[in-house]
Amino acid sequence: MPEIRVTPLGAGQDVGRSCILVSIAGKNVMLDCGMHMGFNDDRRFPDFSYITQNGRLTDFLDCVIISHFHLDHCGALPYFSEMVGYDGPIYMTHPTQAICPILLEDYRKIAVDKKGEANFFTSQMIKDCMKKVVAVHLHQTVQVDDELEIKAYYAGHVLGAAMFQIKVGSESVVYTGDYNMTPDRHLGAAWIDKCRPNLLITESTYATTIRDSKRCRERDFLKKVHETVERGGKVLIPVFALGRAQELCILLETFWERMNLKVPIYFSTGLTEKANHYYKLFIPWTNQKIRKTFVQRNMFEFKHIKAFDRAFADNPGPMVVFATPGMLHAGQSLQIFRKWAGNEKNMVIMPGYCVQGTVGHEILSGQRKLEMEGRQVLEVKMQVEYMSFSAHADAKGIMQLVGQAEPESVLLVHGEAKKMEFLKQKIEQELRVSCYMPANGETVTLPTSPSIPVGISLGLLKREMAQGLLPEAKKPRLLHGTLIMKDSNFRLVSSEQALKELGLAEHQLRFTCRVHLHDTRKEQETALRVYSHLKSVLKDHCVQHLPDGSVTVESVLLQAAAPSEDPGTKVLLVSWTYQDEELGSFLTSLLKKGLPQAPS
Amino acid sequence: YCLSGHPTLPCNVLKFKSTTIMLDCGLDMTSTLNFLPLPLVQSPRLSNLPGWSLKDGNAFLDKIYIIPSLSFRRANNLSTVDVILISNYALYDALPIHTRHTGFTAQCMPRNHQCQKAQSASLLLPSPLKDAVEVSTWRRCYTMQEVNSALSKIQLVGYSQKIELFGAVQVTPLSSGYALGSSNWIIQSHYEKVSYVSGSSLLTTHPQPMDQASLKNSDVLVLTGLTQIPTANPDGMVGEFCSNLALTVRNGGNVLVPCYPSGVIYDLLECLYQYIDSAGLSSVPLYFISPVANSSLEFSQIFAEWLCHNKQSKVYLPEPPFPHAELIQTNKLKHYPSIHGDFSNDFRQPCVVFTGHPSLRFGDVVHFMELWGKSSLNTVIFTEPDFSYLEALAPYQPLAMKCIYCPIDTRLNFIQVSKLLKEVQPLHVVCPEQYTQPPPAQSHRMDLMIDCQPPAMSYRRAEVLALPFKRRYEKIEIMPELADSLVPMEIKPGISLATVSAVLHTKDNKHLLQPPPRPAQPTSGKKRKRVSDDVPDCKVLKPLLSGSIPVEQFVQTLEKHGFSDIKVEDTAKGHIVLLQEAETLIQIEEDSTHIICDNDEMLRVRLRDLVLKFLQKF
Repeated sequence: MPEIRVTPLGAGQDVGRSCILVSIAGKNVMLDCGMHMGFNDDRRFPDFSYITQNGRLTDFLDCVIISHFHLDHCGALPYFSEMVGYDGPIYMTHPTQAICPILLEDYRKIAVDKKGEANFFTSQMIKDCMKKVVAVHLHQTVQVDDELEIKAYYAGHVLGAAMFQIKVGSESVVYTGDYNMTPDRHLGAAWIDKCRPNLLITESTYATTIRDSKRCRERDFLKKVHETVERGGKVLIPVFALGRAQELCILLETFWERMNLKVPIYFSTGLTEKANHYYKLFIPWTNQKIRKTFVQRNMFEFKHIKAFDRAFADNPGPMVVFATPGMLHAGQSLQIFRKWAGNEKNMVIMPGYCVQGTVGHEILSGQRKLEMEGRQVLEVKMQVEYMSFSAHADAKGIMQLVGQAEPESVLLVHGEAKKMEFLKQKIEQELRVSCYMPANGETVTLPTSPSIPVGISLGLLKREMAQGLLPEAKKPRLLHGTLIMKDSNFRLVSSEQALKELGLAEHQLRFTCRVHLHDTRKEQETALRVYSHLKSVLKDHCVQHLPDGSVTVESVLLQAAAPSEDPGTKVLLVSWTYQDEELGSFLTSLLKKGLPQAPS
Repeated sequence: YCLSGHPTLPCNVLKFKSTTIMLDCGLDMTSTLNFLPLPLVQSPRLSNLPGWSLKDGNAFLDKIYIIPSLSFRRANNLSTVDVILISNYALYDALPIHTRHTGFTAQCMPRNHQCQKAQSASLLLPSPLKDAVEVSTWRRCYTMQEVNSALSKIQLVGYSQKIELFGAVQVTPLSSGYALGSSNWIIQSHYEKVSYVSGSSLLTTHPQPMDQASLKNSDVLVLTGLTQIPTANPDGMVGEFCSNLALTVRNGGNVLVPCYPSGVIYDLLECLYQYIDSAGLSSVPLYFISPVANSSLEFSQIFAEWLCHNKQSKVYLPEPPFPHAELIQTNKLKHYPSIHGDFSNDFRQPCVVFTGHPSLRFGDVVHFMELWGKSSLNTVIFTEPDFSYLEALAPYQPLAMKCIYCPIDTRLNFIQVSKLLKEVQPLHVVCPEQYTQPPPAQSHRMDLMIDCQPPAMSYRRAEVLALPFKRRYEKIEIMPELADSLVPMEIKPGISLATVSAVLHTKDNKHLLQPPPRPAQPTSGKKRKRVSDDVPDCKVLKPLLSGSIPVEQFVQTLEKHGFSDIKVEDTAKGHIVLLQEAETLIQIEEDSTHIICDNDEMLRVRLRDLVLKFLQKF
């Protein structure tokens, strides 16, 4: 029995280092290749040795697909392709291809230069790795090999995020990556057609939450920012370079415009500025409104938002600063945070999820005295706010997507086990779709029953279609044909054609039955009586009286003959071929009962 | 069906598997050359010119659009067109006409493959029209409203996106390398493949290179939109363009380039970008005047995904893919929606002006012709090959300004075509008649025609051509349950057969074989049983038989089953087995067996089953 096997190497009942192995109809595909932000040892990368034990990855894997550029989806890619060794194709969308190497390089710098890690991938490795990448367009069907094809759908999570459909023959799997079902200020909503995959692998970050309206959150955010700058405080918003940063920039930009505010907004230089540039160039990946208006005004050309310089942090007076990274664990955002933390007028707004072990996580969990390096203790007097602007689908959105795609079963990854459990029940109860949630290294096997495509000869098909197009529930028509299997080529043809093609002669099997009838009349009249009798009984059949005195019912031939010895008995010869078996058999038994008396 | 006489502006209709597909619908504008320019200010000189009909408006419009549309209607009721496939921006000018005149309903959308370009294209499309609408007489042709409603029916598709049409055929656009977003189409069912190649280019300019690999194994290749100037080399022409431009500007003259607002202009600007610096002309302003100039330039920058590799990698840096962004930033290139407004303030001579329409009959170009025509310092450079430049200039004669004709047409030339055909190896090639013979002006140039084996099939305008392939197979799916129940027999080495009896389900042109239902239990509820109820359904087909019966073994089998008194007689063709006891006669021949017996059903059935044991069923 054919089957689909799925093994998460990462992101199984967990968030981080997404990496899922899928075997479908003999093809092996790896979905995402991410790192885990919470670990700094071997556990940060998926365990690739699991895949082949000792063999080469390239031989085993047919392709690798990266859904988007977040490091927990692509962070292990250079390690995987260059250090472990994989030379096959890596598929991702154009924006992902553009942005991914930058984030990887950034990640590398932090790991190697700042933390001094040895045995890490190098810049050259990132470049070599990116050479193996094949970029795909949305909705483009990419033929990986003769049988395996993949297709990208819009996912909306970040610029260039995509869902992928992996298809072999009639079996298919859809992997969502991270996605967002509600359009936001700069990205559209995820969309997929009713592709009815055998399996849908979906993220479940917000498996239990149904978020309140986005509008409320935005209003809240703007209010807090506004109040702080009104009273002369500084607002720090730690963000990651791409994604939420742009969303919040647009939000603030429009607000500033509307309120005619003069307080400066700064954007930490480097990455984020560059990132905005990417957004400008990849306008087709953003939402409709931006696409429509970009000729007049590119939304990513901000009027009020300026590049940040380190010296600005000491400027007096209110300001708003977006700084990277988003979890306050290093870099500029942390520097600014340390400068501003002591003043209760200031505020830090955390717009996203913070992993354990980061400053962001500590202040969010209520700590107010932080131990910094060098035994310094930093007292946090500034206000700390948390507001979720993550672009993940919530429970409602996940259900919605499952409904859209109509999969046979669902598999949950990229979420916490407890929350998954809840969603799993919900999916099974409400949508009546079987649902799985394997842990890392655990394999889910799904039997599939693919239909077998064969070629049918047009002649046969047309004949069948002509005979009965109306679906009759009670009397379904049967199609007969012969399947010719030659090598791996399957063709369904009519039986006659099959015989002809194979050079076989048809063997005719014919039956002739003698039916004795008592009838004193002449043969012709007997035949006529038989004719009228049959005509009255077999209304649906073609009964004919031929000029030579014989009677035919369809292709069954009846002939009356008078054996010489007994003039009172006529012998009726009923002759039919094997193909008319039922009818012939019926006729003989019918005639055996005798003919009704002639009405005359 | 061919509906257009112009080989570069094709409009073909393909009927394939019960779907009707229109391939491109260009509008032949050359007839505009018969008419007078529409100047900004009525000029007495122009209106008094003899030789050109002063028929403005109606007659003229009727001529251009009614001709194609009439022939559509004659050839075919247009409302039967299921879908229109467009291959590049120049080829859907007639779209509004179709959608309006024909009740071409929204149920099937024209698929504009120009995903990347479509929006810009949709803005580009109205550009000649906007001009036109100003002139009331043009309104007859089509209005903005109709344009918008036509555009709303467009469905965008991306390269290599497979689109199912009614489950019957699958269409796939492929990059054709000619212009941003231009494409070739593959129309295929499971067993047949028709490729439509229109306006393709093997030269590397800005768009994605042409996808040739996917065109392989086509049954039929329809070839249109080859270059209009097979003798000119585009690279040379670009060089000539630049040097002429430089010469004029150095002498203090102005250069006028009549052009379309998209397409070659990107390449021209890029060449100029490199050229003007080296020629020391960086102070000369470039003006690009078109209602859609801004959007055309902007759109070109954001479709990096659809550009050639070089340009793509620029975006990764990230940098704008086209250098005209820099030209605009440094104020060397300025764009204006029209000559009114800001332009008149900024206007500085000498300069280079790009504007439309290349026919010199309408658009802002008319104004510049009037303005600069009298000075021999100025130059007009024609780059679009669609119009004969002599005819275009005719109403402006006598003209003092220099005229240079540097047609740049990057579409396939005949040498490239033969190379392509060799590569792709289609079974048949179909092309317009014009391509099968050398151009009339150069009838000795035998190389200026399509040369392939087997010879290309040509079509003429309004001619119907039956494509030479026969559909023989169709895809059908067999349910796994049914497949399990099949019993294949190996007939010859490597060939196995299995008899299939199944219920055929057809939905959305997709066929599925399901296992036959179990014989229904006789319904006991039916009391009144008529004789005819017993009549077997003769439509239940019995399989065909094949093979032959070895007589001796057959007789042995008969004996084993309790028949005695068997007599075998040899006849000319075979044998007769007599069962004397049962008065039964079995004639066995090579290809037939005939059982003649009394009306004893039991016996007959027994004999039948014994005979069947020796035969193969199909």
